[in-house]
Amino acid sequence: MPLDNVVFWVFAPISIASAVGMLVMRNAIHAALFLVVNLFCIAVMFLLLDASFLFAVQIVVYAGAIMVLFLFVIMLLGVDSGVSVRERLLGQRPLAIALAVAFIAELFVAVRAGIGFATHAPPGFEAVNQPGNTQALSEVLFREYFFPFEVTSVLLIVAAIAAMVLARRQAPAVTQAELEAHRAQVTDELEHAAAEPPA
Amino acid sequence: MRTPIAYFVMLSGILFALGTVGVLTRRNALLIFMSIELQLNAVNLALVAFSRMHNQLTGQVLAFFSMVVAAAEVVVGLAIIVAIFRRRRTIDVDDARELRW
Repeated sequence: MPLDNVVFWVFAPISIASAVGMLVMRNAIHAALFLVVNLFCIAVMFLLLDASFLFAVQIVVYAGAIMVLFLFVIMLLGVDSGVSVRERLLGQRPLAIALAVAFIAELFVAVRAGIGFATHAPPGFEAVNQPGNTQALSEVLFREYFFPFEVTSVLLIVAAIAAMVLARRQAPAVTQAELEAHRAQVTDELEHAAAEPPA
Repeated sequence: MRTPIAYFVMLSGILFALGTVGVLTRRNALLIFMSIELQLNAVNLALVAFSRMHNQLTGQVLAFFSMVVAAAEVVVGLAIIVAIFRRRRTIDVDDARELRW
């Protein structure tokens, strides 16, 4: 059995099992940790598909940054944030599972009719990946997709500003009249304290 | 590269279906969000698999862009969840129903 197949058949069940684990966990932190395992398995799949740059990006960005952000928010909101476990829509869960099974069956039929389960990737990807995956990817990214890449930076800064605006704690607006009243009250109290003889 | 491409596509489809089940059945907004991340990753896997199958790097570039957009989406989504939690002390998606009818 070739090594590629061994790696695939080790990591594919792990990724499916961790996805199922994420679905059944009640505790949000456990679910997030299962998701980290799943993202790591997908990164290994990228490596099998000769996409070593995306393998690194997947681990750094997804399993690292995004999941840390998730864990921060879970900790911030509290693990048990007032979500009841009672099912409100009757039969929602079985229906969702039935739909998922139908989707997988449909995909199985479509893949078998389309590319077939015996199709191996054509040789010659090493030539595409010259001199290395990262260099080859940067060639494509900065030549053909340069404008979308620049637009991405706009998207990122908009997202950063949006997050700051949304998560800001809004202080109630103080009017000039309220400020005057407060100042008068403080002055009043000070005068009162000065007039009173110390006990 | 001896593993058939179809296996990767099937794995991607299974993960996507599991993510869909998560979105449809969970009511904790954070868990729904994690399921959406799972779906996005499953689609990325399919993109990279097709990139390998056609001996082109375009699929990998597309997966890279999808990762960037997913990162931006996570930031905004989590900020919205935090804002909702501040206002109503719960992140149960069934409780936010002002716009329902």
